[in-house]
Amino acid sequence: MDSTADSSHFIYFIFLTFIPQTMQGVVTETMPWIPSLGINFTVVVDGLSLLFALLITGIGSLVTFYSIFYLGKKKERLNNFYAFLFVFMTAMLGVVLSDNLVVLYLFWELTSISSFLLIGYWYHRERSRYGARKSLLITVFGGLMLLGGILLLHVITGSFSLHEIIGEATVVQASSLFIPAMILILLGAFTKSAQVPFHVWLPDAMEAPTPVSAYLHSATMVKAGLYLVARFTPLFAVSGVWFWTISLVGIVTLFWGSITATKKQDLKAILAYSTISQLGMIMTLLGVGAAALHFDSWSDDIYIGALVAAVFHLFNHATFKGSLFMMVGIVDHETGTRDIKRLGGLMRIMPVTATIAFIGTFAMAGLPPFNGFLSKEMFFQSMVDVTTLNLFNADTWGILLPVVAWVGSIFTFVYSMIIFFKTFGGKLKPHLLPKKPHEAPFGLLLPPIILAVLVVVTGVFPNLIAKPLLEPAVKSIMPSLYGTDYHVHISFWHGFTMALMMTFGVIILGILLYKTANWWRPFIKEKVPRFFQWGKAYDNSMYYMEQGSYRFTLWIMTGWLRTYLNYMLMAFIILMLGTIFATDALNFDMSAISRVTMMDYVLSLVIAVTLVGVVFSKSRITSIILLGAMGYTISIFFIVARAPDLALTQLVIETISVVLYLLVFYHLPQFSNIEEKPKWLSVKTLISFGVGLVVFLISLSAYDTNFYDSISQYYIDNTYTKAAGKNIVNVILVDFRGFDTLFETVVLAIASIGIFGMIKLRLARREKNENK
Amino acid sequence: MIILPIVLSIGLLLYSISIFLYLYRILKGPTTSDKVVALDSIGMNLVAIVALLSMLLDTSAYLDVILLIALLAFIGTVSFAKFIEKGKVIERERDN
Repeated sequence: MDSTADSSHFIYFIFLTFIPQTMQGVVTETMPWIPSLGINFTVVVDGLSLLFALLITGIGSLVTFYSIFYLGKKKERLNNFYAFLFVFMTAMLGVVLSDNLVVLYLFWELTSISSFLLIGYWYHRERSRYGARKSLLITVFGGLMLLGGILLLHVITGSFSLHEIIGEATVVQASSLFIPAMILILLGAFTKSAQVPFHVWLPDAMEAPTPVSAYLHSATMVKAGLYLVARFTPLFAVSGVWFWTISLVGIVTLFWGSITATKKQDLKAILAYSTISQLGMIMTLLGVGAAALHFDSWSDDIYIGALVAAVFHLFNHATFKGSLFMMVGIVDHETGTRDIKRLGGLMRIMPVTATIAFIGTFAMAGLPPFNGFLSKEMFFQSMVDVTTLNLFNADTWGILLPVVAWVGSIFTFVYSMIIFFKTFGGKLKPHLLPKKPHEAPFGLLLPPIILAVLVVVTGVFPNLIAKPLLEPAVKSIMPSLYGTDYHVHISFWHGFTMALMMTFGVIILGILLYKTANWWRPFIKEKVPRFFQWGKAYDNSMYYMEQGSYRFTLWIMTGWLRTYLNYMLMAFIILMLGTIFATDALNFDMSAISRVTMMDYVLSLVIAVTLVGVVFSKSRITSIILLGAMGYTISIFFIVARAPDLALTQLVIETISVVLYLLVFYHLPQFSNIEEKPKWLSVKTLISFGVGLVVFLISLSAYDTNFYDSISQYYIDNTYTKAAGKNIVNVILVDFRGFDTLFETVVLAIASIGIFGMIKLRLARREKNENK
Repeated sequence: MIILPIVLSIGLLLYSISIFLYLYRILKGPTTSDKVVALDSIGMNLVAIVALLSMLLDTSAYLDVILLIALLAFIGTVSFAKFIEKGKVIERERDN
């Protein structure tokens, strides 16, 4: 790319050079990352990516310029700020340019993390930390859902490449994982784009510095979800679930956001809810535009209009909302407050800012000649068109969409008027302002001026961007349009349509509502929140989740080993009994059993007597003596079973154990002196009987279940001939299976070293002595 | 040679009964010393039982065991005795 050589230091201009290419098709570039897993950093620039990339880099440059003047050079940690901001910018570019879904997810999470860092930029404030944590929790929840969706798509198609997956759309649509993948990806998009009910993080993200709010929380990051929805439209749009979910969530968000925005006092909070509302509007348009996929030819189909409106409004919203946030930042900077109760009458003092605000707010409200007017007209037009759609029952329930959209737009008009007239109209209240207001320096004004100029220019001459930017973007959302002679043409005036009537209605009712605001605002402000508040719901759910897990942990983690032992043994009983009965493994075949002699009976009886004695003895020393007796009896069992080596070892070990018991005996506490009668039906007895029974059943069933012959004949034949020994046990221990012996020896060594260390190394006592 | 197994069996039975009686003493014995003496006697009975068993099984592989039981019973009893007398089994050297 020779043409970029001059401007290669300014990424915005690099992206501008892509416009001619994206008008034709797509530009692809691949850098291998993990090729064996199909994960490569593939960059695909098409119309949609380019539109986003231009917004990101363009507004990013303006915001950076604005921040230079906004943030104090001495007081702020600017290195952190710009590092976070540029990490975010890179991540956002990565999201919109990646073709590989894993890489997309990676950048997606990087936007969440850098947004978290930027919201918590003033980390000494409690509210900033709260907002940062909230936004991270919600967006990362959505990000993980998105990852799930990506993996499901990978399961279906075997590819991580977006374009390959869309190429196999029919396979995906036939799959049973189609709906789960769609829902998961939508969850990711809704959380990021602050759709109801996941919008709660966005107002709290306003604790970030204003340039961050302008950039992340109006122009770019919150549009990542919209990008995702637009991206996946060719894949999922065949489904009615997609159409209805997106349209309904969008329209509810539009309505809720605009209503809530009217009751806020903080300018940034109004703008936050307005952003939520506008994002809902774009989401609705994308949902309705999905219907376009069901019609083969574009010529007689009006639903592509919804997509054009979505893409157009996405661009418009980025411009005017960016300028509005910067305007609020200026007002905050120059007056020291953002509270609309304290502001007013700034028009004379800050004329330039007021002009910017005028353009921004009325572009948002949808007045001519600003670009918001055009996209709102197109929005109304699409909403009206939905009612004629003969798909997904839209002809019956679709009437809800234009009505709700219209009411939402009225409130949009109202809060736009509130923003402008409460700040700049009315009387100046100098006694309420922390600072003496004056016009902002030129550096702060320039970026919003550029954006405002864009708002006007694209409003008056929409076709300036329609052909180079919007048309390729719409074609990316509807790939079937490639190669057709479809052209986006936005006319400023298109006759007395239904949409125009709706706009008139919005303006008239909006002015009426604004005039009577004192009468109905308290109702929204005080009565409605009494029933329901999303933020409260979030806080409560966090509180109860924390309390719940805390209580649960306290309940289950008692700190007593006996409780944990109970858990383990109960799990053993349940799992084992379950397995025995599930696999029908019980086997009481006694045919292979050997003859039981008198001796066996007697020895078993001795062991039973000592066992009962151990369990019921009242003093420890009796228990120890009885354990010794039991050990000796077991050695007799070994003798009867013809195992002299075992008997020898057992006797020695038993004696040593008894001596060891006696060694520590002196230090042991007595059994509790309370005469406790053993309860026959306590949990402990039940568990111990259960364990005994299960082990008994298993050994009995396993005894006669031989799948293969024993391999012992080999040892019997070869002990002397191959290993030069007559004692078969010892030869196995040191020759045939000497490795086990080696490590048993190591175990003994470790045990003895450990005992030595525990006795000799008394760090606590030594420290105490040194302190003295 | 049919009489030998019968005699041995009778002997084993008697020793077993004797072990049960000692066990009764261990469980009941009013003092610890009673119990320890009972345990020592069980050890001696075991010596006899092992001897009878090795005759019954017709092998000399258990002669070590007989020696060992005698030895261990002695050590065990001595440790118990020392424990009962001093509360400790192994005393520390004086200079430590």
